[in-house]
Amino acid sequence: MARIPLIYNVRNLGQRRVSTALTALGIALVAWVFIFTLALAGGFQSALQATGSRDNAIIVRNGSTAELTSIITRDVAAAVESQPEIARAPDGRPLATAELVVVWNLPRKSGTTTNVVVRGVGPKSAALRSKVHLAAGRMFRPGLDEVVVGKMVAERFQNCSVGDHLKLSGRDWNVVGVFDAGGTGYDSEIWGDVELFMPVFDRPVYQSVILRLGDNSHFAALKKRLESDPRMSVTVHREDQFYAAQAGALAGLLRSLGIFVTLIMALGAVFGALNTMYASVGARTKEIGTLRAIGFSGGSVLLSILVESTLLALLGGAIGCLLALPVRNFTTGTMSFTSFSELAFRFAVTPGMLLSGMIFAGAMGLVGGFFPARKAASMPVVEALRQA
Amino acid sequence: MKNGELVRLRNVHKRYRREQNEIRVLEGINLDVKEGDFLALMGPSGSGKSTLLNLIGGIDKPTEGEVWVAGESLGSLSSNALAAWRARHVGFIFQLYNLIPVLTAYQNVELPLLLTRLSGKERRERVALALRLVGLEDRAKHFPRQLSGGEEQRIAIARAIVADPTLLVADEPTGDLDAKNADEILTLLKRLNEEMGKTIIMVTHDPHAAQRAKATVHLEKGVLQS
Amino acid sequence: MKYLRYVVAHLARAKRRTFLTVSSIALALFLFCTLRTVMTSFDAALRASDDTRLVVRHAASLVFPLPLAYRDRLAQIQDVEHVGYGNWFGGFYQDPKNQIAEFAVDVKNFFLIYPEILLPADQRRAFEGERTACLIGRGLAKKYGWKLGDVVPITGTIYPGEWRLTVRGIYAGKTEDIDENTIFFNWEYLNESMPDVRKNWVGIYWLRLHSASLAPAVSDRVDAMFQNSPQPTKTETEKAFQAGFLSMMGNVSMLLTILGSAIVFAIMLVTVNTMLMAARERTTEIAVLKTLGFSNRLILMLVGAEAVLLSLAGGIVGSAAAYVIFRNIDFTGGGMFANFRVLPETIGFGLLLAVFLGLLSGLVPAIQASRLQIAGALRKVA
Repeated sequence: MARIPLIYNVRNLGQRRVSTALTALGIALVAWVFIFTLALAGGFQSALQATGSRDNAIIVRNGSTAELTSIITRDVAAAVESQPEIARAPDGRPLATAELVVVWNLPRKSGTTTNVVVRGVGPKSAALRSKVHLAAGRMFRPGLDEVVVGKMVAERFQNCSVGDHLKLSGRDWNVVGVFDAGGTGYDSEIWGDVELFMPVFDRPVYQSVILRLGDNSHFAALKKRLESDPRMSVTVHREDQFYAAQAGALAGLLRSLGIFVTLIMALGAVFGALNTMYASVGARTKEIGTLRAIGFSGGSVLLSILVESTLLALLGGAIGCLLALPVRNFTTGTMSFTSFSELAFRFAVTPGMLLSGMIFAGAMGLVGGFFPARKAASMPVVEALRQA
Repeated sequence: MKNGELVRLRNVHKRYRREQNEIRVLEGINLDVKEGDFLALMGPSGSGKSTLLNLIGGIDKPTEGEVWVAGESLGSLSSNALAAWRARHVGFIFQLYNLIPVLTAYQNVELPLLLTRLSGKERRERVALALRLVGLEDRAKHFPRQLSGGEEQRIAIARAIVADPTLLVADEPTGDLDAKNADEILTLLKRLNEEMGKTIIMVTHDPHAAQRAKATVHLEKGVLQS
Repeated sequence: MKYLRYVVAHLARAKRRTFLTVSSIALALFLFCTLRTVMTSFDAALRASDDTRLVVRHAASLVFPLPLAYRDRLAQIQDVEHVGYGNWFGGFYQDPKNQIAEFAVDVKNFFLIYPEILLPADQRRAFEGERTACLIGRGLAKKYGWKLGDVVPITGTIYPGEWRLTVRGIYAGKTEDIDENTIFFNWEYLNESMPDVRKNWVGIYWLRLHSASLAPAVSDRVDAMFQNSPQPTKTETEKAFQAGFLSMMGNVSMLLTILGSAIVFAIMLVTVNTMLMAARERTTEIAVLKTLGFSNRLILMLVGAEAVLLSLAGGIVGSAAAYVIFRNIDFTGGGMFANFRVLPETIGFGLLLAVFLGLLSGLVPAIQASRLQIAGALRKVA
């Protein structure tokens, strides 16, 4: 089958600049919305997923799906920390920590208020979270009225910069440091000394125990032993799965919202593209007749028109991808329904999402071009030539 | 107007600029057409006859000189005033008929009446009359593509006369028709001229068509040959 | 409008284009109405709130409870008519995906606080007289097919274990904004089942006042009373409380606005293109109309009217579809929305947007058409 040269299509698109630009921009916006919603859902999910580590286990009260609703007494915590599967810290002590989690209503910089996770941590807590490191100031000193805050908290809330005083549970706390938790959920938390927090927040119990496994494969044994002990009444989760499960519902909802919106919008844009290509084919009736008269087959014409519409759509897709790149700098916060507090996260734009955007745009071009192309290819040559 | 003159052109020039070149289409045209006349305007391709017709019909303006039609100096009218003037005084007939493809024959003929204050009933009567005059009452509900070329042109003529204009201008009205249909159209125009007193100016390059007119003028390279 | 026929004739003859354009605008407007309904559904709780109701919670956060002993002290505060209380009970039915809103409430004062909850008197008596009884909303009854007398097992997430509740009443909301997907059950049942350390704690108190104008003064009195106790309170109107709750959702409305604008803008580009092409194909025709004496302004209006008519048709189809679809399917967004209903004002707004979209997309072609020079346009063809 003789190929009609690509330059013919490029010239045609160039000829109708306004129409080409409008159609490409329309498709670009659809691709953009597609990537935007994927990036939103992806950002939320990866923030929570990255929060947990595969090598850690988290122990909460039997039946609790979140730390907030869990209770771990001092006895249970001590029993958990004495398990043999736990890795050892350089000081020879088990790499485990019992933590207190409360949520506190704080004013955002915008003036509205929301809940923030306040976590009482122990000496091993930071070592258990490899992604957490100090970004500004210093660590709090145990026993003093000092806290450190995650970088999202520092960015988004009042009185949360180094040197500020923060009021929690009737006390003034010095914010002495800001830590960077690498985009994980900890970035939206405030940390202080657990032993001080317990009396101050009037909480005689912990919410969870986090521990590092000496050997990843020992998880099953640990889980079985702890969960079968009736005095404990706890559930043992791998930490990554624990957080991923929290993301599940909302990330799924965001993703299906995104797909729903994008599919309907794409259908609308395809209808528009069909109009454009029909009109473009209609305006070129005589030209197509001439091509056929010269000896190009109907198939060649079909292919050529399809190539043209796909080219147009890919141009739009590329613009959409370019417009989507800055989206990665967006930060947004939403309420995590499990921790009942704000989780701030950055939109995640991955190469895979950009590729999906391009494929999506290309598919729109194929669909939008197919029917007009078929019409052009099946036009009787003589009649086409007679057209004005 | 004096002597029953309907159209008077004085020293009319028309020039176009296309990129660097100036194209002189009409150069110093003087022309008088009396009321009730049927004038054929002949000349080879590119002689400027269509441009001249457009100036008389008020859809183009001269670069220089004056065009009076039915007592109005067209050069001084705004484009809106000119549109209103056209609606009242001129009926156009084109070579390619130029019917609106999405409207029926009836609706096409009715178009100029939409611009008047006539009631729906009056409009219906006028359209019916015009269709009867061109002999196509039975085609009222047809769309242009369901008509033959000759029929399309007769519908176009009905559209041109429906508002009862003073002047009919026709640009190659038979240019796209076979001999038999062309003859019918010319007969129709002649009837309109003789029986209804319509002044007609017709551009044509067909000598047979020109013969049916009362008078003929020749245009060559933008200048009238007498 | 004698010209209307001319406009309609074009739309009727270019059937494919009219269909495609109307459909694409309809889809955009459907999405617009859906996204806006997401926002208005979040706000339903605001609309349902009554300014004579105050909510008292722990000053630190909703997750901290208040002592039951506050009940009697609140009742003695000047201008407080009734005191009610309840605990948020997070739970699901069978599968964690089936999250259901549950409240343990004091049955004695509940209906004094919430007269918007309507149910037959015999069902109300049955509910009040049984420890494990519960009230379910009409929406839940429809969704899960629960009937009076059914025992519904609910798995608690805040209060662990399986709780077996007997359906003794099915309530309806007084207005459409009242959530009909909630379970209310007896606070005493919850309290009795708690270990001693967790007994006699209340999530929130509701206060009912004679008049909304008393709200600021009463709020101040309550908060002043508990200011120096271990559990300080924060008292606000129900509306302010709901607004605070919504603000915890973060900038959902901004995200939806971004999406909505992108959709409308994309479809506008596509529609502008269609209109431009439609007008371009008709260059000769417009020249002919002008020759016949149609003024520039009339041409402008005819081309513009076509765009507006197309767009309005799309708008009507799209918003009507949204209205009908969401009336007839029980979309709750995974339990996030109590009443996902398209409000009349959303439809009005959508139609306005459609007209605006039509005007905008018809503007350029209409101006082009009105400025068209007849002689040049006719020469192109002849």
